[in-house]
Amino acid sequence: MKITLYIWRQDNAQAKGNMEKHALNGLNPDMSFLEMLDVLNEQIITAGGDPVEFDHDCREGICGQCGLFINGRAHGPLAATTTCQLHLRHFKDGDTIYVEPFRAAAFPVVKDLRIDRSAFDRIIQAGGYVSARTGDAPEANALPVPHRTAEQAFDAAACIGCGACVATCKNASAALFTAAKVSHLAMLPQGQPEREHRAQAMSAQMDEEGFGHCTQTGACEVECPQEISIAHIARMNYEFNRGAILKP
Amino acid sequence: MKLDAKIPEGPLAEKWGRYRAACRLVSPANKKKMSIIVVGTGLAGSAAAASLAEMGYQIKAFCFQDSPRRAHSVAAQGGVNAAKNYQNDGDNAYRMFYDTLKGGDFRSREANVYRLAECSAQLIDQAVAQGVPFAREYGGYLANRSFGGVQVKRTFYARGQTGQQLLLGAYSALSRQVAQGQVQLFARHEMLELVTVDGQARGIIARNLDTGKLERHAAHAVVLATGGYGKIYYLSTLAMGCNGSAIWRAYKKGAGFAAPSWTQIHPTCLPQSGSYQSKLTLMSESLRNDGRIWVPIRAHDQRPPNEIPEAERDYYLERRYPAFGNLAPRDIASRAAKERIDAGFGIGPQKNAVYLDFAHAIQEYGEGAIRERYGNLFRMYEKITGRNAYREPMMISPAAHFSMGGLWVDYELMTSLPGLFAIGECNFSDHGANRLGANSLLQACVDGYFILPNTISNFLAGQLTAPAIGPSHEAFAAAEQSVALQLGRLLNIQGQRTAGSYHKALGALLYDKCGVLRSREGLQQAIKDISALRADFWQNLKVPGATETVNSELEKAGRVADYLELAELMCRDALAREESCGAHFREEYQTGDGEALRRDEAFQYVPVWSYQGPDTPPELVEEPLLFETVSPTVRNYR
Ligand SMILES: Cc1cc2nc3c(=O)[nH]c(=O)nc-3n(C[C@H](O)[C@H](O)[C@H](O)COP(=O)(O)OP(=O)(O)OC[C@H]3O[C@@H](n4cnc5c(N)ncnc54)[C@H](O)[C@@H]3O)c2cc1C
Ligand code: FES
Repeated sequence: MKITLYIWRQDNAQAKGNMEKHALNGLNPDMSFLEMLDVLNEQIITAGGDPVEFDHDCREGICGQCGLFINGRAHGPLAATTTCQLHLRHFKDGDTIYVEPFRAAAFPVVKDLRIDRSAFDRIIQAGGYVSARTGDAPEANALPVPHRTAEQAFDAAACIGCGACVATCKNASAALFTAAKVSHLAMLPQGQPEREHRAQAMSAQMDEEGFGHCTQTGACEVECPQEISIAHIARMNYEFNRGAILKP
Repeated sequence: MKLDAKIPEGPLAEKWGRYRAACRLVSPANKKKMSIIVVGTGLAGSAAAASLAEMGYQIKAFCFQDSPRRAHSVAAQGGVNAAKNYQNDGDNAYRMFYDTLKGGDFRSREANVYRLAECSAQLIDQAVAQGVPFAREYGGYLANRSFGGVQVKRTFYARGQTGQQLLLGAYSALSRQVAQGQVQLFARHEMLELVTVDGQARGIIARNLDTGKLERHAAHAVVLATGGYGKIYYLSTLAMGCNGSAIWRAYKKGAGFAAPSWTQIHPTCLPQSGSYQSKLTLMSESLRNDGRIWVPIRAHDQRPPNEIPEAERDYYLERRYPAFGNLAPRDIASRAAKERIDAGFGIGPQKNAVYLDFAHAIQEYGEGAIRERYGNLFRMYEKITGRNAYREPMMISPAAHFSMGGLWVDYELMTSLPGLFAIGECNFSDHGANRLGANSLLQACVDGYFILPNTISNFLAGQLTAPAIGPSHEAFAAAEQSVALQLGRLLNIQGQRTAGSYHKALGALLYDKCGVLRSREGLQQAIKDISALRADFWQNLKVPGATETVNSELEKAGRVADYLELAELMCRDALAREESCGAHFREEYQTGDGEALRRDEAFQYVPVWSYQGPDTPPELVEEPLLFETVSPTVRNYR
């Protein structure tokens, strides 16, 4: 296969970036998108150039470290798929592809396609946990949790923290990310004692980090590789209001 | 190097209790004054950092990813073992201990393995309390499945994302401590050197990967929780950044390295399809609960799988191991697959795979049930290969997956270097020569949550009057300088080949000579080839860019440089071990029907290597394994 790439290059958060053109030949349709970038970098380095920095680690769709804006879509054209799980067989021979970082004020560019998502860590630090010290735990089966509840909590807990929701949102809102954790813990019995505080504190941190507000466009749900539903945002709003009334 | 395993006195089941009753404690006022560095934020590291911080110690936690939540524990799919006996199938700590010891081919310490089994139940309690959404029965109680090498159902799981859910639990506990100021987090930092003062670990040199700057960090103790080095094979189920660098540099500073050649090749991974490939994705072992493994009965059969009639299929695991069938342990399943593939029965375009077939299970339980159990794995399979495993069997192949070997640790999880602890996959402890499925999430968690917090306090209690050592101490200056020198050296070669291309070459070499099968001649050749490759690396490597900036190529080069040294030690270790045990299969030592031939009379010990300098061969020290409770038997899964 032949592919023409336009790739975002930017030295650091302050620098001005630009698109750079690269032509690649002899690609295999079974190659993953990131393997194509490996091939590109190998070529750039051998030619004495500066390789493209991009985020990735597990390359199996679970660590949430990869994330590229491909032809205007977070993680590219496929639904429910991270960038590392996207393969060239989903493109046509001769295609031109535009590759950019996930963009949001709260996700500054580190270099090229690499971004800083530490804001997500700080949202979790604000309250995305159950305060269960090592040693505190009661017998696991002491508290039955209905199968359906456990499955629904899992649906929310499955978030990989990649930031596609933020990148695709016109407001750069982190509502889906935050809601996934609020909702996961609100559904389980273990999450009850800190319920009122959690939604309030995590929302406040979300604002502080400079993420926008949610205006219910639903774009996040479309791009989420884990198919996390915006119903969780509705639950977060409920939890937020409930918390405001019942103040811990 | 002298090794003392420090195994407590008393009957097996009482050792850990006795240890905890007698170990020394640090008072709350003194804990505040003591600092601990934890390198790694996977299950082992996050669990340890969170637990130690809750106790009141000052913690610095490091990881190379951009968030602790991305450590490779996140990728574990199948589950975590615990002897809860919720299924009423006769499980208990002793049985789990025995399964683990036997699974490891009697090459681990009884006391450690028993402690792992003993603490397993508590881990499930801990995770559930954190909000980990394990699978549940309709009545609301926790569900279990079975895994390879055992005959009870003791595996707890959260769909096919057990590692992710456990890690997010540990990460949330860690995050809580970060918010409280008890843990300082250093993401995107890579440890490049261990700092020792008077033979004791007192800190590290880390490189900030976003700025390229070197930093000095001092503490009263250093804990390595840096995960496995299976990525040394390049094509593996590990993440791109997984490395052996932290433990390798600790080894060069005096910590013993145990059983480096005991690496696990996992039987159910996606086969290689091209030279551009960067990883081999694991298809969880849990699939072997319902999938049946087969190859065509005739060699070089080109027909599509669904056109091969039942009578012309060879379900070779069921044939060779009727008692365990498709759930035979990993080392055995991988060897059996390689045997068929090498004999010309392999399938797929490269003839390098075998089938894993769900047709029977779908017929028996319905597609819906299979989808609920393994939906995400089938989806992942389709994404990567473009094929639908509900309609045709999966194609799978063995791939490098786990390192049983690692830094030698005593019962307290301390390495042979005082003040340096190693937990999780980066140590050699409980798995012997072969790790059983779902035991390693457990080991990482148990080390971090339950064992280290006790044993490190016992050590720190003796450090209250030790002289304070800060980052301005000359040992830090010297260590920093040596790191800077090495980085400069890597950048200045300016040859022709990238670090990645050396890594691929090294991986291919290891698969061939130090993989599923090993032989004297092969290993001797490999040692020569590796040293030639290493020499070429230091002459012809090309690293672009500079040190004080983001530079992924420089990171890779440092890791590959260490892998090129570790690979040689792996081969030396495999060569010295003239027996077959667990995942280490020497072709010269097998029974008439091709099973492993263990030689207890000569090799009932853990091999521990001690670094002697760049130009001197390492010294081999033996830790004899004493079996007081069980007597080693020949592993039989037939
Ligand atoms: C695909 C896959 C599936 C698996 N499935 C299962 C399963 O179902 N059940 C089971 O029991 N086990 C499973 N395992 C094994 C298990 O997941 C691992 O052994 C375990 O999670 C290791 O945990 P850890 O905390 O030791 O290391 P990791 O989770 O790998 O964490 C290592 C940490 O160290 C950091 N680090 C490494 N080097 C450095 C450095 N030089 N400087 C700074 N930081 C560093 C990393 O950033 C990371 O935070 C699986 C493994 C793989 C690869
Ligand atoms: S690299 Fe881990 S999700 Fe893509």
